Amino acid sequence: MLGQKMYIKLIIILALAFFGFALVFPSPFNKTIACLNKRVLHYTGIKAPFFPVVPFKLGLDLQGGSYLVYEADLSKVAKKDWSERMQGLRDVIERRINFFGVREPVVRIEEGGGRKKLVVELAGVKDVDEAIKMIGETPLLEFRREAERENSSGTQKEEMKVSFVPTKLTGQYLKKARLDINQTTLEPQVLLEFDKEGAKIFRQLTAENVGKRLAIYIDNVLISAPRVQEEIKGGKAQITGRFTLEEAKKLVRNLNAGALPVPIKLISQTTIGPVLGRLSLEKSLKAAVIGFLAVAVFMILFYRVSGFFASLSLLLYGLILLSLFKLIPITLTLAGIGGAILSVGMAVDANVLIFERQKEERKAGESFARTISIGFSRAWPSIRDSNFTTLLVALIMFSFGTSFVKGFALTLGLGILVSLFSALFVTKTLLTLFVDSKIEKIKWFWV
Amino acid sequence: MFMYIPFIKYRKIFYCLSGLLVIASFAAMIFFGLRFGIDFKGGSSLQVEYSQKRPPLEDIRESLKEVGLSGFSVQLSGEKGVILKAKELDEEMHQKVLAGLEKLGDVKSGSESFQSIGPVVGRELKEKTKKVVFLALFAILIYIALSFRRVSRPIKSYIYGIAGLIALCHDVFIPLGVLALLGKFYGAEINIPIITAFLTVFGYSINDSVVVFDRIRENLLKSGHLPFEEVVEKSLNQSLIRSVNTSFTTLLVLLAIFFFGGQTLKLFSFSLALGILLGTYSSICLAAPFLVSFLKARNKKA
Repeated sequence: MLGQKMYIKLIIILALAFFGFALVFPSPFNKTIACLNKRVLHYTGIKAPFFPVVPFKLGLDLQGGSYLVYEADLSKVAKKDWSERMQGLRDVIERRINFFGVREPVVRIEEGGGRKKLVVELAGVKDVDEAIKMIGETPLLEFRREAERENSSGTQKEEMKVSFVPTKLTGQYLKKARLDINQTTLEPQVLLEFDKEGAKIFRQLTAENVGKRLAIYIDNVLISAPRVQEEIKGGKAQITGRFTLEEAKKLVRNLNAGALPVPIKLISQTTIGPVLGRLSLEKSLKAAVIGFLAVAVFMILFYRVSGFFASLSLLLYGLILLSLFKLIPITLTLAGIGGAILSVGMAVDANVLIFERQKEERKAGESFARTISIGFSRAWPSIRDSNFTTLLVALIMFSFGTSFVKGFALTLGLGILVSLFSALFVTKTLLTLFVDSKIEKIKWFWV
Repeated sequence: MFMYIPFIKYRKIFYCLSGLLVIASFAAMIFFGLRFGIDFKGGSSLQVEYSQKRPPLEDIRESLKEVGLSGFSVQLSGEKGVILKAKELDEEMHQKVLAGLEKLGDVKSGSESFQSIGPVVGRELKEKTKKVVFLALFAILIYIALSFRRVSRPIKSYIYGIAGLIALCHDVFIPLGVLALLGKFYGAEINIPIITAFLTVFGYSINDSVVVFDRIRENLLKSGHLPFEEVVEKSLNQSLIRSVNTSFTTLLVLLAIFFFGGQTLKLFSFSLALGILLGTYSSICLAAPFLVSFLKARNKKA
């Protein structure tokens, strides 16, 4: 009755449906498996594996959270060092956020208008102002060396004004800071230990500046400027300033949490309260279901049984899309859901094109089987062209950059691709099932 | 359903109708101006929900003035919500404003949404948006020219591209005019989501035009001996149902989002729906007739 190819196609479809369902709604499946395991396990030794329970990854605007944009002040840094500094900045901020226990932060570097920015995404953070404060309190640690000064032809009375210029050695190379009490003066001091890179740089700095002063700046304030006695190979330094014990302790704690290599400024902040986030999520899900139902009803009314199959393939399309969201994973935002819902409407496009072609072929007197194959093949150029333009726009939008646009373009593009599959493969297979069957003969079932 | 609508015959009506709408939209844009949101202008927006009783507007205004805020606007939203818009607020100011609001009443915890965008960011965004829009338009024009290179008679393939672009402009200007109107009377603001909607309309409008052109192309290849006008008329009527249905399904979905999808997506879904509606109309009633008019005008000259 059915060719071998058809069987394979059918099995693929059913398998996809099954796994799609299981991935998106795992609990009923897992409950059944648990039941089965208990009973069947007795007799065999085999335990069926559970379906993985993969939660959806929700974006900031759906679970609540903050989106912070910092601008890095790279004015004092040589252009060739920019990306290295930004990397250091990124690492420091991430370390600091982790240090204070924020779950799954996202810290990344962005560029815009020739300026480097740092984007921090904090999902589900309860106290955003705490987070902002803690980022803002990151100390800026810099080592500066004496600038070359002109040989003054003046008298000895003239004070040589010393100015310091920045060097490569900044907070990003700091491995550890420790509190110490100077044995002789009983003053608190802060011991710095650099990482391997930092130790190298420090060694070179000290070697080049023997006899001169190296200034230690924290948050642009000169803390101390000891004279270099000799080249320091161990990568350790100490800061003696006029600290109180409390100040020293705080400095050590702050430095250990991460010290900035460049100053940063908060230029944009977006916070969505979790209440609003959850509301948005619920509402958009409701809209998705209603939209889907409306389209299904319309398709069935207008295209009857073919429409019914289109709705089925639409359902499968939804399951596949949601599974992809879980597996890849794609962070769902409000825009993303909007894009996915929109792609549902466009997914039906392909089906409509095919069905209209089929109607024409039917009118021209072709057999049922032929209307299917001609309908699909003749409609393909139109489907390809029209979806291509939307895909093109989605691609351009994706490279736009803002997270809203990116999320929307991604789900829209993905939705279109999956919908092409569902319309061309699934609907066609379902329809072909009925070729040469009794049901085919029932005229009013079809269009 | 045997309808035959003589689109081409009555194209002058469509030209007039569309022309009027576009002119009205331009007027709206010039007189009312387009209202851009903080994504582009910079500034801040704070939103809270009170759990019990919402304090009266005057009290809120007083509290804000006390904290030292000036040049702000306060709106009441829904039954218990308050929306405050002001210039960029640094974190310290933000906390002060929030504290002031909390003193006036019981703010539902977790209901606060805050956004503060520096003017530099807004400017950069504007530049970026312009670039993207031009890039999209350019890409679309090339795409159409390429996909229609085989049909060079009786009119050159790039004419199709121009027709598509005319339809596109029509589909974008009119919603912009509506947005200007909504901005003036309802305070509707243009932010990133709206730009996204417009970019999608680009794709969709061209989409629709391409499908119609596709049919014309197919019929031209089949019955090249028939006069161009007749071929186009036939193609339009053949693709009418198809065009309407595909837009209709998308519109159904957008309506669902508009009514059930929550406040944030309302303006977005509205703009998108309007654009798509116009897109369908323009592909059939503007873009295709334009091809005929162009041919006629060219032949008249010859």
